[in-house]
Amino acid sequence: MDKKLKKKNYRVNSGIHFMLGNYAVVEGALAGGCDYFAGYPITPANEISELMSKRLPEVGGVFVQGEDELFSIYSLVSASLAGAKAMTATASAGFNYMQEGIGYACAVEAPCVIVNVQRCRGENFATQADVMQMRWGASGDYESIVLAPSTAQELFEYTILAFNLAEEYRNPVIVMSETTLALMRERVEIPAEEKIIKKRRKYTTLPPELYLPFKAKKNCPPDFAPMGKGYHTLYTLNYHNEDGTIDWNDKGYRKLYQRITGKISENRDKICKAETYFMEDADSVIIAYGSEVRPALDAVEIARNDGKKIGLLKLITVWPVHENLIVEIAKNVGRVFIAEMNIGKYAGEIERLCLPYCPVNRITKNMGIIHTKDEIYSAIKEAL
Amino acid sequence: MSQLKKNPLRKYIRNGKLPHFFCPGCGCGQILNYFLKAVDDLELDFEKIITIGGVGCTARIPVYLNTDSFHGVHGRTLAWATGIKTYQPDLKVVIFAGDGDLLSIGGNHFLHAARRNLDVVVILVNNFNFAMTGGQVAPTTLLDSVTMTTPFGSKEKPFDSCKLAACAGATYVARWSTAKPIQTIKSIKKALQHKGFSLIEILSQCPTNFGRYALKTGDPQKVLGWIEEKSMTKVKAEKLSESEIEHKFILGEFIHKQQPVFQGTSVFREVEH
Repeated sequence: MDKKLKKKNYRVNSGIHFMLGNYAVVEGALAGGCDYFAGYPITPANEISELMSKRLPEVGGVFVQGEDELFSIYSLVSASLAGAKAMTATASAGFNYMQEGIGYACAVEAPCVIVNVQRCRGENFATQADVMQMRWGASGDYESIVLAPSTAQELFEYTILAFNLAEEYRNPVIVMSETTLALMRERVEIPAEEKIIKKRRKYTTLPPELYLPFKAKKNCPPDFAPMGKGYHTLYTLNYHNEDGTIDWNDKGYRKLYQRITGKISENRDKICKAETYFMEDADSVIIAYGSEVRPALDAVEIARNDGKKIGLLKLITVWPVHENLIVEIAKNVGRVFIAEMNIGKYAGEIERLCLPYCPVNRITKNMGIIHTKDEIYSAIKEAL
Repeated sequence: MSQLKKNPLRKYIRNGKLPHFFCPGCGCGQILNYFLKAVDDLELDFEKIITIGGVGCTARIPVYLNTDSFHGVHGRTLAWATGIKTYQPDLKVVIFAGDGDLLSIGGNHFLHAARRNLDVVVILVNNFNFAMTGGQVAPTTLLDSVTMTTPFGSKEKPFDSCKLAACAGATYVARWSTAKPIQTIKSIKKALQHKGFSLIEILSQCPTNFGRYALKTGDPQKVLGWIEEKSMTKVKAEKLSESEIEHKFILGEFIHKQQPVFQGTSVFREVEH
């Protein structure tokens, strides 16, 4: 075996780097324990596959470039159920194809991580237009966990977080990247290996004869059994009983999907993360996620210099919605602004939560380019 | 009182899952039996076998098997298989797929898995139509056959799945029919022992849909008779001219060769045996 190759056998690339956003995802995945990656070429997500194809085998993982995105998502699910921490990366058009497999992963409760680098239709310009698709793009009932980084550093950190959430809740977790972030180089600080928190799904302690693959406490994922050890689990998309077998019954179906959606929606406050800026005395607030956080924060700073009391709520978790926090803020401010790079999609959610308490202004831009701080600030000035 | 004899293959069946849901006269039950007979004869470790079915009648076979199984998504069987085989190469993966599942919606995965020589056994049950959905035209339906979506007869030429697999790079390819249990079981055994992409196409009778619409008979025996009549062994076919075998199903073993198997890019992973 090539000695040079062995030398690089490290998972955590500790140190300070000037790193491409897409590479930060790879480093985050490796630090988070990823050991299976399947991908299909698509711009602007290619650098993730490219670096993975080199780095992952070096640390003992498996890399496969499949024949299409459907291959990626299904091989991800089966590798995951064979015990892998599995990931794929794609861009909007490829993400469409993956919906089918995401629905399956939710139904059989397979943990996996999907990075979606959003781009405009057919063109590699910036957008956040897939924000709704990432929630409920597949058929059937399910809930998604979607994380929205706004810097290369966060691409690294949230990819680790995505693996941990996927393992903890046995659900697909989507890292919502954007052209803007993926193809940008920034400072990325990678901590020492021992500082990185890594979670693993709960394995069953029961022997095969007592184990029921889909028996779980209310709003919890079931315990996992390894493959090829006599647990003979049937992973089917169809309605399945606690023992995994197909046997349609209406009450069982309701109970199963209450649990599969409830494990996310009822644990919302544990899953959701957000950051606030200048909120102590704010009388109006901008809500933003992903790259839009950057111009929004700049706009807040200009507003503060002009004596306007504006704060910023940065949503780290886009789905499930951080309902309690958003409602709490809406109750305490006079106006909410929602800034996003699409025709105004997440705005609907914000209006649903905030309108009973305060007016909501949409600051949307759908031109393949990020807002400037001045655009956001002038929209604020106009409304106030 | 005489004691009831228990079927020796019963131990491989998932608890409480019988009777199965296949129509009376369907070939899927036979194929389930043939597979288990092969496994039993070889004394394989059943715990290490993963069975996969997509969507369709054939895809229900794994549901009855006491193994770790995947089921319920149309056409993606080989994508699942690749995830398992590259991550845990010590497991044996067997796919049960219908002609619609494998050759229509899953056609691309089929070509690429064969090209890569993924170490997997694919049991293709060809009943010449989409049976579970009610008898629509499939990529295997013969020219001019009447189905639910070809009321004036099919205008498309069917696939020869064995030739397709061979061209794509499969390393074990055979075709038999449900009327040939001995040969079928022998081929399944060979495939289970073969390292590489194995395809066994089994021509099977669908009296409920293909029989009634295309052959105008719902009698399983007659449908099987029709398959038998059109079948010819490879040895016999080799002696005839191309025009004489044009509309025949050629049965036999077509390819059996050793080639490196696919493991993904995995420099530091050693294949466990």
